Amino acid sequence: MSGHSSPTVNRRGFLAAGAAGAAVLGFGAPLRAAQPLKVGLLLPLSGGLAREGQSCKRGAEVTPGLLADMGMPVQLMIADTETNIDTARTRAEKLIADGAQVLIGAFDSAHTLAVAQVCEQRGVPLVVNIAAAPNITEQGFKTLFRNFPTAPKLVTEGLALMKDVFKVTGTTPTKAVFLHNNDTFGTAMAGAVNKLFPTLDMPFPLVETISYDGNARDLAVEVGKAKATGADLVLLVPHGDDCIRAIREMVKQRFEPKAVVSPGSPGMYETQFYKTLGKYSDYCMTNLPWINPKSAMSQALLKAFSKSHPDALFEMNIGFTFEAILIAADAAKRAGSNDPKAILAALPTTNIAEHVMIGGPIAFDAKGQNTNTRSATIQNFGGKPLVVLPSDVAEAKPVFPAPGWQQRG
Amino acid sequence: MSIDLANQILTGLLTGLVYSLMALGLSVIFGVVRVVNFAHGEMTALAMYAAWALFNWLELDPLVGLPLIALLLFALGYLMQRGLIDAFVSKPEHMQFILLVAVAIIMVNGSLLVFGPDAHGIQVPYGFDTYEVGPLLIDKVRLLAAVAALGISGLLMLFFRHTMTGKAIRACADNLVGARVIGLNVKQLYAVTFGIGSACVGAAGALLALLIDVMPSSGPELTMLAFIIVIVGGLGSMGGALLGGILIGVSEVLAGYFLMPSMKAMFSFAILILILVLRPQGLMGARK
Repeated sequence: MSGHSSPTVNRRGFLAAGAAGAAVLGFGAPLRAAQPLKVGLLLPLSGGLAREGQSCKRGAEVTPGLLADMGMPVQLMIADTETNIDTARTRAEKLIADGAQVLIGAFDSAHTLAVAQVCEQRGVPLVVNIAAAPNITEQGFKTLFRNFPTAPKLVTEGLALMKDVFKVTGTTPTKAVFLHNNDTFGTAMAGAVNKLFPTLDMPFPLVETISYDGNARDLAVEVGKAKATGADLVLLVPHGDDCIRAIREMVKQRFEPKAVVSPGSPGMYETQFYKTLGKYSDYCMTNLPWINPKSAMSQALLKAFSKSHPDALFEMNIGFTFEAILIAADAAKRAGSNDPKAILAALPTTNIAEHVMIGGPIAFDAKGQNTNTRSATIQNFGGKPLVVLPSDVAEAKPVFPAPGWQQRG
Repeated sequence: MSIDLANQILTGLLTGLVYSLMALGLSVIFGVVRVVNFAHGEMTALAMYAAWALFNWLELDPLVGLPLIALLLFALGYLMQRGLIDAFVSKPEHMQFILLVAVAIIMVNGSLLVFGPDAHGIQVPYGFDTYEVGPLLIDKVRLLAAVAALGISGLLMLFFRHTMTGKAIRACADNLVGARVIGLNVKQLYAVTFGIGSACVGAAGALLALLIDVMPSSGPELTMLAFIIVIVGGLGSMGGALLGGILIGVSEVLAGYFLMPSMKAMFSFAILILILVLRPQGLMGARK
């Protein structure tokens, strides 16, 4: 479990929070049929992104119970994209054929685009839980709504938070090296970093960008090249196990940067990362949207999640998957119907003030993008990710520079 | 040559030796039984899972558990040959191909069912240790794995040259009709050969588990890697497998260092194509 230390909120508290949110949303809308909303959830449950997909699934599994308490019954239809674009497309077709009234997914940007085309053709709404490629909301899909920041927003906020870390800790690195996975997500993030870095007045130069194959058996060469640059800060955009391989090589090659920071990617806050690397996983930082430890709804979600998955980490994938289902259920409730057309009509006026992720109310712009998400800096301490910035939701103080690999207990 | 580059080449060389041992198994099986084992990487992944399980359940270091894993894989290979592949040895090649691809798919999905989709890595206590030799940094795990791989490869070559069973297996490979005429039990020798090839895979899997994480999708990747190595070195040639492994290990490092790390795998395939065009029998393979 993450180390959220806020006071525990019970199911009743969650209900109250839900009721408050519902009041804001206008519960006066006509009540829809008592039939649960059929939500088709597309996730990479096997293949290269299986770990992240399984994490999303764990979040989804606890959601129907919580939403039922809020008067929003949902029935989940979970499908495995097998981390494959064609499978994602065919599974989307199948879910719709089987009666799904709204689709959610699909974690990977390329998979999401494939699913979006199906939804657009069928007139079924798609709520994107996680996927960052900017073109997802730039292609003019009328049925797509994304509650996840774009890669440029992730990077902009991720880099800005770094400056905040340096300011708070009083230490600034002299130069940085950028390593990124060359998959769809990594490439989109790299594009955003290279485009935005010069405009953000960062206090250190980016001396080299190193792209690597996420399926590479080891990252010895990549880390060797990074070490050779003499950089004292590593910006890392991994997408799974590659971050374990990168840190392992840094320790072996005695590459001692002041910190390893990810400007908005998965990997360094996952159970396997902590289990495999132990003390070497500590002090790694990730700047990304995160679960608000001080929100009543997130505490209720945490409680339900801890009960059903006591050994799993409570992290971003769970929060965003919960919120995506919440958005769909909320739209159906306001529409008073489970009909895809009615849900589609209600989604643009979404305004959910009480939710689980850090940031403002969930609302969509004309392109279907929620622009109110906000990133946080999380840092690993004792095998747990804790929010260290922004200070209004922080659970601990940031540590920078990180202690050397061999100076850890 | 810069120290960084020298370190990288050393890393590639050490890793390449472990790859060689894995590819050696494929080469031995093809060289004698004349069956291309399309489930080779999947069997390697199975050995890696065995190493991981022994480490987690019994705290058995993969270097210590290696003989046990090799023995298990020997048994698996022996039984596969006797119970399954034997019936296909004289059948058309495409039938052998389909059979072994089916075995590979079952192994991948079986791993997914049993071990789940997550990657599993072994963190031995000396996993992060390095030796400093002058300006060079030598990764202890890679060094131990490479020395073990080299030792096992040497033992295998001695077995084929100096034991009666080894000589009988070579006789089967050289002249099958002659081997039958002098009364060698070919079926039994084929099964032993498949077992030995699989034992190499078992040993290589135990060593690879120290270097890389294993997940269900590792199998097809490792099959491809083994194929590239044996084709580059020469299918059926033990020395070729050794040379091919080192060549691929070092060339991937050089490609990553001088070109782009994301082009490492592409570079291996480029070498493969080059070899197929210029010397289709491989660097140490005999022209037919």
